[in-house]
Amino acid sequence: MSNLEKNIQTLREKKAVVEMGGGEAAIEKQAAMGKLTARERILALLDANSFHEYDMFVKHDGRDFGMDKKDYPGDGVVTGTGTIFGAPVCIYAQDFTVAGGSLGLQHARKITKIMDHALKMRCPIIGINDSGGARIQEGVQALAGYGEIFYRNTIASGVIPQISLILGPCAGGAVYSPALTDFVFVVENISKMFITGPDVIKTVLGEDISMEELGSARVHAEITGNAHFYARSEMECFEQIKHLVSYIPWNNAERAKSIPSCEPNVEYNIESIVPSDPRKPYDVRDVIRCIVDKSDFLEVQELWAANIVIGFGRMNGETVGFVANQPMVLAGVLDCDSSDKAARFIRFCDSFNIPIITLEDMPGYLPGVDQEHAGVIRHGAKVLYAYSEATVPKITVILRKAYGGGYIAMNSRHLGADFTFAWPSAEIAVMGPEGAANIIFKKEIMEAEDQDAMRQEKVKEYIEKFANPFVAASKGFIDSVIEPKETRSLLLHALELSALKEEFRPAKKHGLPPF
Amino acid sequence: MEKKDDKQYVDFVVTARKYKTLLTDKYRNRPFWNKTQPGEIFSALPGTIIEVVAHEGQDVSEGDLLLVLEAMKMQNRIIAPVAGVVREIFVKEGDKIGKHCLMMKIG
Repeated sequence: MSNLEKNIQTLREKKAVVEMGGGEAAIEKQAAMGKLTARERILALLDANSFHEYDMFVKHDGRDFGMDKKDYPGDGVVTGTGTIFGAPVCIYAQDFTVAGGSLGLQHARKITKIMDHALKMRCPIIGINDSGGARIQEGVQALAGYGEIFYRNTIASGVIPQISLILGPCAGGAVYSPALTDFVFVVENISKMFITGPDVIKTVLGEDISMEELGSARVHAEITGNAHFYARSEMECFEQIKHLVSYIPWNNAERAKSIPSCEPNVEYNIESIVPSDPRKPYDVRDVIRCIVDKSDFLEVQELWAANIVIGFGRMNGETVGFVANQPMVLAGVLDCDSSDKAARFIRFCDSFNIPIITLEDMPGYLPGVDQEHAGVIRHGAKVLYAYSEATVPKITVILRKAYGGGYIAMNSRHLGADFTFAWPSAEIAVMGPEGAANIIFKKEIMEAEDQDAMRQEKVKEYIEKFANPFVAASKGFIDSVIEPKETRSLLLHALELSALKEEFRPAKKHGLPPF
Repeated sequence: MEKKDDKQYVDFVVTARKYKTLLTDKYRNRPFWNKTQPGEIFSALPGTIIEVVAHEGQDVSEGDLLLVLEAMKMQNRIIAPVAGVVREIFVKEGDKIGKHCLMMKIG
């Protein structure tokens, strides 16, 4: 055996040791929890044979509490590069089999190194979180590690897409890296996220709550809005990520890759979806499916604040972001959560050169003390801010109701929409006819012998005069009143026309959105 | 073709108009607002009462120390938000109380 062969042999042996992570027993335990190992996850997510691992031989920094005698292969995290559908990505996966995936300084430095690489190479970064938290034995060094990760998440924000997977526990300070990233993926029975766990809550507050009830995948997908995609298995989660990566660009200087155009499926008939009675519900996602290529719509945050729908589709093969009121849930009102949801998505699209199509059908803001006290004013303002700030092509189609503040907020001409279309069923008015008639004709109604009959009459009068798109069209606030069937072709036309759109904002360090 | 729809829509009022729609669990579980009186002293944090300074019947001025609540590793001084007479005290030293617990009434 030559020297080189011996060296190669040694390298292979060393690699094999690191690749075993925490060893057979720990891997079995991981499998018993229904979880894949860090390396299995990376290999399942990336294109076959595309993964190359870095920093396999990094050693941890712990010196106290006998840590200097312990060896943690890879220091509990696997980092590297690879591709997804040919798109280059940087990736890291915390390895729960090694010291519970706990984060010490070198573990964090491996992560920050691959993050720096992603930022320099202008490619997406994907982080797989599965960690017991800070490595307590390393003390403040572990905190330093978290801080260095958060800083990079922030610096990379809006430059490269950042994707987080929660495939195990992610608690305490660790939650803030995912929270700073663009898309968070969670998996049923596997993801657990919280700042303070059930034990602390029990001790301090006396509130008895299980880990599932406190911070399960479902909780974050449906109640908190921390998660963007909810899957029933890790494999489903990886499929969702691949689908998402196909829709977004590699960085903020690029556009998402386009694919050949494809007509929507004929099973969706746009004219039969929206009931003419503005009080009747329907699923606005069916309207989107009538419009987008192949009727393929990737919904983001499907379960949280379902009164607004956001997600990606393609028009003429190019990625478009959709924001649509959902009359089927809470009548499609704007509230704190739906405003947050829409505003952040609009800002993502604007950062990454994705045109935004807004489908509007909403009765106004959600009334209630809880909403007012939860700050619906500042939350609602985020939508105004995000639309006004965005310089990507912005197109609005008013399907039915566009009342009051909601009309302004949902990408109106007044906030800088490039194209505004309205269906003939659109009602653009300062408020719903009942509310308006009660105010405008208060005197007539009060003085009438039969108040209800008078109210009905005045409501009818108001509907005839104002519940239509033509008053707004007469002022030029609407570019065209269109037939529903023309929607896709006009949107394609508008997108084609705005492909080279340029719009500038005054130079500033950054704006101050009302977060 | 209109799709068959078997969802349980309810009436939902926004500015005087009723819409048929679905409600979310989060909406159903939203907190309800209760009017509180200025003299009702509630705990803002869960913790342990380590000292009750005021006694029933005592005249207190705005800013007087009423009790000390140890919570979040701090000894929090609970002071009178209004002047008045201490009508009722609902806690004693050593009590572990939750958040939003009525501790004292000043009238």
